[in-house]
Amino acid sequence: MTMNAYITGAYDTAIGELPGSSCMALHAEAAMGAIGDAGLQLSDIDGVLCAYSFTQPHLMLGSVFCEYLGIHPGACFAIQAGGASACIMIMQAAALVASCQCSHVLVVTGDNRLTGMSRNGAVAALSEVGHPQFERPFGISVPAAYALVAQRYMHEYGVTSEQLAAIAVEHRRHAGRHPKAHMRAPLSIEQVLASKKIADPLHMLDCCLISDGGAALVVSSRDAARDSRNKTVEILGAGQGHTHEHIVAAPSLVDYGCKASSAAAFARAGVRPSDIDVAQIYDSFTITLAVELESIGFFERGQAGAAAAAGELGLRGSLPCNTHGGLLSYGHSGAAGGMFHAVEAVRQLRGDAQERQVDDARLAFLHGDGGILSAHCSLVLGA
Amino acid sequence: MTATSNYPLPQPDAQTRAYWDGCAAGILKYQSCAHCGRVQLIPRALCEQCQSADLEWQESARLGTVLSYTTVHRAPLAVFKAMAPYVIALVDMDEGFRVMANAKAEAVPGMEIGARVRIGFAQVEGMALPIVEARQ
Repeated sequence: MTMNAYITGAYDTAIGELPGSSCMALHAEAAMGAIGDAGLQLSDIDGVLCAYSFTQPHLMLGSVFCEYLGIHPGACFAIQAGGASACIMIMQAAALVASCQCSHVLVVTGDNRLTGMSRNGAVAALSEVGHPQFERPFGISVPAAYALVAQRYMHEYGVTSEQLAAIAVEHRRHAGRHPKAHMRAPLSIEQVLASKKIADPLHMLDCCLISDGGAALVVSSRDAARDSRNKTVEILGAGQGHTHEHIVAAPSLVDYGCKASSAAAFARAGVRPSDIDVAQIYDSFTITLAVELESIGFFERGQAGAAAAAGELGLRGSLPCNTHGGLLSYGHSGAAGGMFHAVEAVRQLRGDAQERQVDDARLAFLHGDGGILSAHCSLVLGA
Repeated sequence: MTATSNYPLPQPDAQTRAYWDGCAAGILKYQSCAHCGRVQLIPRALCEQCQSADLEWQESARLGTVLSYTTVHRAPLAVFKAMAPYVIALVDMDEGFRVMANAKAEAVPGMEIGARVRIGFAQVEGMALPIVEARQ
């Protein structure tokens, strides 16, 4: 099966603490980088999709960005689906090129969340995803909502904090192989468990980073992809799953929309989870990844943490996962967080991941989750 | 509970006002659908299952079971920092709806998944918010 859409360009900026960066400058750098990577000219881009920003919030971020960059595309809009934004942007870009509405669509994200606002400011802004009447009056935060998920999951499946910590440790090991990663110093399970408590059972090192950075892709039609100088990556399958927004309204605390989104993406691509060579899956918290890995079907219920502890998510494991270090250690800059996963998937499928390279990586699974495991989008990509 | 003027108090709307008025009167209300019988988690204009607008307000017996809970150490807003660490619980009420609430100090030691609890009310800045109480 084909979706008639190809990723022809990919680029990510520096990540971490970037004094002097701004939301739009990061967007522009990522955009020009991705277009250059594809071997295209700015004038080749006829569609632009943006996401959202905390440091430069605007009702029409797509238009703000096109004005900033100085382009006048035939299609332009912004997509807001939290951590699922990057994957949903790619899926939407694929639809635009497959339907011949565009030839080359730029999907671009970036934010200077670390230097452009305080860490307190970012945590406070994120807490606004809580329901204004039925959650926020009780001091809910994003980590607290995921902690509610974690507590229930650990109760149901006997999973331990050590096993969740093993996920963070493996991500740091991956990040250690990436020269650009925000956090590269090796981490132990003991360090994760000794880190500050955020919301039981989650510790600070169970939580993603807050970083400055940007990332972009170019998605092209089958014909237009021939203009690209790089090895193209085919979008083989895509799917979404949406069950709720607020955790108080989640129909289940163990099964989420990732089940439907991944099933649709696998079916469309005609592959199974066991066929996947490398996975890049949204890891806002250690529990996020554990729940997703199991709900998607990569591991049995309650086994993701134990699998991480056994090295199965490592470079030589059964499912090398988040080989750049993920949101937990590579970095997290708002919607760009999910786009870093996408850029890493492209690098793996091109064989350009250097010392992080998974041998003979031909099929990648890419997944984003927004809200409190609320909005999900899965993609299957092929070399 | 310590309150300051920056507390993110609920702002009742046309669909939720009856719920919050109920809390002020010491009554925990919930919506049920007259058409399909579905009990709503959050009050709204139509039924989340069959989309019927034929909804009825019911009074809860205020007893439920803890679905999950967390102790928050890192508060998201300055107004909650003085309260930290504080408990947030999800309680599945016997009637089938779900409540998120903080816990009274007396309820914290017995807080565990599956614990039977009662929902009471705490006065915060002139509003009554649901709060988890120990059952006895």
